[in-house]
Amino acid sequence: MSEGVSQNAQVVVEHLRTWNAQAVAEVVEFHGETTIVVPREHLRAAAERCRDHLDFNLLSDATCVDRYPLEPRFELNYHLTSLPKSSKIRLRVRVSGSDPVVDSLIPVWPGAGWMEREIFDLMGLRFNGHPDLRRILLPDDWEGHPLRKDFPTQGFRDVPASASYLKKAST
Amino acid sequence: MTTVETATGEAKTMVLNMGPQHPSTHGVLRVLLELDGENIVKAVPDLGYLHTGIEKSCEHLTYSQAITLTDRMDYLNPLGNNLVYCLAVEKLLGLEVPKRAQYIRVMMVELQRISSHLVWLGTHAIDLGAMSVFLYCFREREEILKIFERFAGQRMMTSYIRIGGIAVEPPAGWRQMVNGVLKMLPSRIDEYETLLTENRIWMARTKGVGYIKPEEAVAMSMTGPTLRAAGISYDNRKAFPYSSYEEFEFDVPTRTDSDCFGRYMVRVAEMRESLKIIKQAMEKITDQGPIKAEAPGIVPPQREKMKTEMEALIYHFKIFTEGFSPAPGDAYVTVESPRGELGCYVASDGSPKPLRVHFRSPSFINLQALPNIIQGQLIADAVACIGTIDIVLGDVDR
Repeated sequence: MSEGVSQNAQVVVEHLRTWNAQAVAEVVEFHGETTIVVPREHLRAAAERCRDHLDFNLLSDATCVDRYPLEPRFELNYHLTSLPKSSKIRLRVRVSGSDPVVDSLIPVWPGAGWMEREIFDLMGLRFNGHPDLRRILLPDDWEGHPLRKDFPTQGFRDVPASASYLKKAST
Repeated sequence: MTTVETATGEAKTMVLNMGPQHPSTHGVLRVLLELDGENIVKAVPDLGYLHTGIEKSCEHLTYSQAITLTDRMDYLNPLGNNLVYCLAVEKLLGLEVPKRAQYIRVMMVELQRISSHLVWLGTHAIDLGAMSVFLYCFREREEILKIFERFAGQRMMTSYIRIGGIAVEPPAGWRQMVNGVLKMLPSRIDEYETLLTENRIWMARTKGVGYIKPEEAVAMSMTGPTLRAAGISYDNRKAFPYSSYEEFEFDVPTRTDSDCFGRYMVRVAEMRESLKIIKQAMEKITDQGPIKAEAPGIVPPQREKMKTEMEALIYHFKIFTEGFSPAPGDAYVTVESPRGELGCYVASDGSPKPLRVHFRSPSFINLQALPNIIQGQLIADAVACIGTIDIVLGDVDR
């Protein structure tokens, strides 16, 4: 796996570069996985290109990493799978915390709908053109986005210590 | 479609709340159904009742501690969850697992697949009114759980697969136990088929119900038996082999009818294929050999070594207090769970705790297509459609 970008991934990168040189900002290779970093404004077009011209017909997963306090703090990862060619690729978009908005990929893969809702719910990113961007796992009245690094694991809710209850009971 | 007309002449539909406490939703799934008489006009699933924040909790545990949390996601497939998480961390570390451990992993995961399909078959059948199949399926599943108990000490939350290998050596007499199940199951699976496959009620309730177009299934990111029943032969064990699956001979059953009956046939055929894999794995597993990778500082040392070697004791102490730190980077691994493509994304920032752990749970993604499947169907068929996707709510909500 140390020989660099694997053959099929190389084709994908070359194809995207010749299609639009600006669409490929960076190519990251780690343990045999190829990541193509795409600027935010080219995401939907690049995804369409991958689906129509490179046979990536299945969106396996969409997920987000919060690198707070680094900026741009959010890293969106789209894991694409090509069923006919048995290959995988990762598209990555870096998004700043001050303007966490990305184009929705529902027009390309309708299956992105719930994945994006999950990211919106837990990370607080918003998706342009998503027809139903509601919370999916948490209650509608939940405050904050728990998977962000500045959200404490115990949550923000103030739970009184048991000792104060005992004190109240004894007086 | 005819609509109900009120006295004033306007068309009217009714909204019905199905779940979250409904036996046929297999847990706590709520589906809002807009009904026109008995026909479903629109369905909106509502989930999150079992959300426990497992992904957030993983970020606050060391890499090896997080394994116990993965058991609790898809509680019908704990070994598969262990496996995908360990494979992702091993990829991050660049760790090579001994062949013997890989074969034991394959055997355990395939036993798990059969037990999960048995639960699916039993509950699906009871949803559609076939009570006895449920009891038979659980009887056989019990035998498989007994094997897990002997191997791992636990029936369900096994945590048997660890980073770098497996937890402990297989117990004495394990071959006899697994052979017993291998001998028993083929005739029992035939028995289920005699009860269901040609059964007129079963056919009436499943044939042509819950149809989805193959291209729509792919667009909705569906995987697993649901996709294979639509005629698309996509199986991670063949497409992206892991844990030495490329050395095993087995078929990927597919159908083209893409309805509840097709999915039933695919799953039954998959149980038979799993039996083949288990048989081959048992031949490949040698009686002696390593079950853990040689990786000081990552894989806990042997108990005997700890008592004689200073380094081993230091590593033991460091692994269980501080943990180990993979190089910064990320890894995404997919395996074939009984429900479909189970993926795990792990990102490291070079500290002993993962920066991010994300699970691509097949139940969650497959459930997304439920509204497409049940639109226009009868309300009684909604029950069949929910069952046929084979969701586990722990996996959906995580």
